[in-house]
Amino acid sequence: MNWKTTATAIGLALLASTSLARADGELNIYNWGNYTSPDVIKKFEQKYNVKVTITDYDSNDTALAKVRQGGTGFDIAVPSQTYVPIWIQEGLVQETDPGKMENFKNVAPEWANPEFDPGRKYSVPWALGTVGVVVNTDTYKGPADTWGIIFNTPDELKGKVNVVPEMNDVIFAAIKYVGGQQCTTDKEVLKKVRDTLVAAKPNWIAMEYNTIEKMGAGDFKATSDWNGSALRQRLANPAIHYNYPKEGFGLWSDNVVVLKEAKNVENAKLFQNFIMDPENAAGLSAFHRYANAITGSDKYMPADMKDAPEVVIPEADKPHAELQLMCPPDVQELYTKIWTELQK
Amino acid sequence: MASAEEVAKEAERRDIRDRWLLSAPALLVIFFAATGPLLIVLVYSFLTPGPYGDVKWHFSPEAWISVFMERDIFDDTLSLAAAHVTIFWRSIKLAIITTIATLVLGFPTAYFMATRSEKTRDLWLFLITIPFWTNLLIRTFAVLQIIRNEGLINTVLLKLGIISAPIQILFTDTAILVGMAYVYLPLMVLPIYASMEKLDFRLVEAGYDLYATRFQVLRRIIFPLVKPGVIAGSILVFIPALGAYVTPSVLGGGKNMMLSNLIELQFGQGRNWPLGSALSIAVMVIVMVALLAYVRNAGRSEVRHG
Repeated sequence: MNWKTTATAIGLALLASTSLARADGELNIYNWGNYTSPDVIKKFEQKYNVKVTITDYDSNDTALAKVRQGGTGFDIAVPSQTYVPIWIQEGLVQETDPGKMENFKNVAPEWANPEFDPGRKYSVPWALGTVGVVVNTDTYKGPADTWGIIFNTPDELKGKVNVVPEMNDVIFAAIKYVGGQQCTTDKEVLKKVRDTLVAAKPNWIAMEYNTIEKMGAGDFKATSDWNGSALRQRLANPAIHYNYPKEGFGLWSDNVVVLKEAKNVENAKLFQNFIMDPENAAGLSAFHRYANAITGSDKYMPADMKDAPEVVIPEADKPHAELQLMCPPDVQELYTKIWTELQK
Repeated sequence: MASAEEVAKEAERRDIRDRWLLSAPALLVIFFAATGPLLIVLVYSFLTPGPYGDVKWHFSPEAWISVFMERDIFDDTLSLAAAHVTIFWRSIKLAIITTIATLVLGFPTAYFMATRSEKTRDLWLFLITIPFWTNLLIRTFAVLQIIRNEGLINTVLLKLGIISAPIQILFTDTAILVGMAYVYLPLMVLPIYASMEKLDFRLVEAGYDLYATRFQVLRRIIFPLVKPGVIAGSILVFIPALGAYVTPSVLGGGKNMMLSNLIELQFGQGRNWPLGSALSIAVMVIVMVALLAYVRNAGRSEVRHG
C-alpha cells in the first residue's frame, strides 16, 4: 500500500467516524426484559437523533446490586415503587425534576405526587399494575375475587393452583388474607400468615413465573399473577378471568429514573419527558400490556386494552387497592424466614 | 576456573529458574482467578448484611450461626436450622439418586459403544455428544413438552385409550429425576466409555475360558478395569447435580427449594449476602469431604482387587 491509498483510507475512516458521531448521542436504558416497546424507541431515536441501547434485568435486586457496583454505563433504569426510595437514599439517581417537565401535565393526579417520590423529583411513571388471582372458569365457576383461591383452595382447583414465587407479593397477599397490615411485625398476624401458607401449599402444584404459557396449556387452572400477564392469558383463552381480591390487593408501579453516573443526562431527560406524552405512553402500554399513569393515553390505546378489566380497575374494586411498600430490613428478615419455612 | 561439572550445574539451575519465571505469570493468574473470588465469598460470610443487599464491613459470625442454627421468630428459641438441613438433604439425595440412575443407564451404554467396530464407535460417540450442542434450558423444556399433561406421552396414551385422564408427571419428583438423568447421562457415559475403550477384551475371553459366569466376568474383570471411568463419571455427575438449578425448578415446579434456590434467595429477595456466602462455602466443604471420602474408599478397594 503506498502512502496515497493509506491517506485515502485514513480519510475515509475519519469521515466514517464523524458521520457516526453525527447522531446526537446515545442513551443506554437498563430495563426489565421484554418490557420496552421497539416502536416507541424507534420514534424516540428518530425524533432526537439518538442511538438507544437496551439491556435487560430480571429483578429489582439484580438491577440494584449491579448499579450499586457502579461503572455500568447505563443512563436510565426502571425500578419498582418499592425500590425507588432505596435508589434515592443510596444516591444512585439524580434529581432531574420531572415535575417541572413539559409533559408532566399529563400525569394522572393520583400519580403526580406519590409517597415513594414526593413531588416527582426523580422519577417518571412507566407502567402500573396490580397483583390478583387468575382463574380458568371452565374448571371453577364460583366467586374468585378472594385470596382464598390460593390460601383456602376450593376442591375443583386443588392440585391445579400455581403461585408466582415473588416473596413480597405472596406475603402481602397472605397478610391481607388473614386481615393484617402490610409490613406488619405483629407476631400474632405473622404466625397466622405462616400457618396459612404452610397449610395451603399442599394444594398448589407449582410456584413459578411462567404462567402465561402454562395457564394456556392447562397445566395450571388458577394462579396468582400480575394483571398484564392475565390479560395475555384471556386473549389466548376467553375462559381465563382476572379477579381483584376483596381482602385487598397490591398496586405497583415501575418508574424511570436517571442514574447519577449517567453520561447522557440530557438525552435521559428528553426520554423522561417523551414517555409522559399520551401517545407514547399508550405505545409503551400496547407492548408491555400494563396500564400507564398518563391521562389522555386511553385515546391511543389498542382496542383490546381500552376497556379490559385487567387494565382498567373496576370502580367497585378500587377501594381494595393498596400501593405496596418497601418493608424495613428487620421485617424483611422475618418474611425471608417464613418464606424459607414455606419452601423447605 | 569452574569445572565442567559446575558449569553444567549452573546451567541446570538457570534452566530451572527460567522455567519458573516463564510460567510465573500463568501460575499467578490461575492462582488468583481460582482463589480470589472464593476469598471474597469467604470474607463476605463473616460480615454484616447491608439493609438492602450488599454487605456492611462489620465482622459478624451471625451468618455462620444461622447456617446451622435458627432463632424461632415466634418464641425466640434457638434450635437446629431444620429448614436448611431439609433443603441440603433434598439436594444431596437428588444428586446421589441422579448419579446412581445415570450409572445404571450409562454403564451398559458405554459397554455397547465400546464393543462396536472401530468405525461405528465414532458414530455412537458423536450421537452421545449431540445433546451437548443444545443449551441445558432448552433440553429441559424439551423434556417438559414430553411429560406435561398435554404433552407427548399423555396425548399418545389418551389416544390409545390406555388412560382416561392425563397422568400428572410434570411437577413431581419423578419429573425431576427423569430430567436430571437425561441431562447428566452423557457426563457419565463419556468417561466410562473412555476406560472401556482401552479395556483388553481378550481378558474377558480368558475369563469365559476359565468358566467364569457372565456376572463374574462383569464383576471381577470388566468393572475393576473401568473403575477409574466410573469414579470420574460419578464425580462429574454428582457435583453439578448437587448445584442443579434449572432442571428442578422447570420440571419440579419450584415448590420445594434446592440448595441453589436457597442461596439465590439470600442474594435476591432475602437480601442476606453473608448468609448466602456462608451457605455457598458450606456446600463446597460438603462436596470436598464427600469427594475425599469417595476417592479414598474407591482407592482402597482397588488395592484389594489388585
